[in-house]
Amino acid sequence: MIRETAKRALAIAGLLAMTGLNIHSALSEDSKTIKISAKRYEFAPSEITLKKGVPVILQLSSEDRSHGFYAPSLNLRADILPGKVTELKVTPQKTGDYDFYCDIFCGSGHESMLGKIKVVD
Amino acid sequence: MTTEIDRREFIRLAGIGGVVFMSGIYGLPGQAMPGNKDFFFVQLSDSHWGFEGAKINPDAKGTLRKAVKEVNSLNQKPDFVVFTGDLTQTTDDTNVRKQRMKEFQEIVGELDTKVVHFMPGEHDASLDKGETYKEFFGATHYTFDHKGVHFIALDNVSDPTGSIGDDQIEWLKADLGRQKPDSNIVVLTHRPLFDLYPQWDWATRDGAKAIELLMPFKNVSVFYGHIHREHHQMTGHIAHHSATSLMLPMPEAGSVPKRMPIPWNSAEPYKGLGFRNVHSETKARKYELTQYPINEAGKV
Repeated sequence: MIRETAKRALAIAGLLAMTGLNIHSALSEDSKTIKISAKRYEFAPSEITLKKGVPVILQLSSEDRSHGFYAPSLNLRADILPGKVTELKVTPQKTGDYDFYCDIFCGSGHESMLGKIKVVD
Repeated sequence: MTTEIDRREFIRLAGIGGVVFMSGIYGLPGQAMPGNKDFFFVQLSDSHWGFEGAKINPDAKGTLRKAVKEVNSLNQKPDFVVFTGDLTQTTDDTNVRKQRMKEFQEIVGELDTKVVHFMPGEHDASLDKGETYKEFFGATHYTFDHKGVHFIALDNVSDPTGSIGDDQIEWLKADLGRQKPDSNIVVLTHRPLFDLYPQWDWATRDGAKAIELLMPFKNVSVFYGHIHREHHQMTGHIAHHSATSLMLPMPEAGSVPKRMPIPWNSAEPYKGLGFRNVHSETKARKYELTQYPINEAGKV
């Protein structure tokens, strides 16, 4: 079972590599986990796609200093501390685009440290 | 005795930021409190000294200086000037931060006003918890009393999470404990205490705690900066008024996909760096708010 899932993931990854799509985003349904890395002044990936009603764990980490992750419309927030992985569980209930941003002031580009969560059917 | 302020003068003053005219505003209707005298003060905000971006403000080195000149050219001096944060643009380099604060201090040192109250914004204080700011401007939260009004300067930026913090909340609680239910209270702060638009970080994480402490008091107004545009909102009976910036204007919350400053428009220079005046009428106990743009010369 695990091997089949891994094969499937690899196949999708290969496909994505060819199409240039975001692997974290598209694999969310299979893996149920999406890694989001924060550093001045960006999130990677900065846009993720989730499926309505499908639970997902966001794994947040920082490459440099403390950042925040805040998606007010989804009532999701966490501190992202260096050297630590923070998990946020979410099961989006409504389709739409939801902004998230860094809410711990991190420097001159802080105001542009933004991202988007797309929730689809 | 009521201090009369010529309206043209009043409007002209408002042209460089915001002006607040206090007219015994918190007395009972028709009954000014003993010792109260009308007065006004100038509110300047978000000068972001050190900001560079010709597409946003090609007069980045000149706007603050123009503001100072305008205040000084008034026939009637304001009782005091208050800066509600983001005096300087942030930087990682402590020496550059100090240099910017020094330059800012030199420029506003030209103000022909006896009293100037400063407050930090996150650009001044969030990266070093206000340490450099305090070297130049002193405490980040404090109170003062002026002609029957109790002013409370709240710091919601030295904590980089945009919070007031439990210690300061306790300090606020203790200070309010010394006030009467009908005391005249004005809160000065940088970020909005209420959730104006959290999607753009236009909020204070624990601002609701401060508002809760202020709610038992009948006469409270809050003046703040941060959002770089004029905005007025009530939380219950508490009025919140934001000030425009002296560097870069921001669009209306949520009106554009991303939180970005409004680009400079040479056809309409200084647009969005306008001003307001706030006139409180004693008997009616209401504010008269008027918004004016800045023209190319920076004068009304």
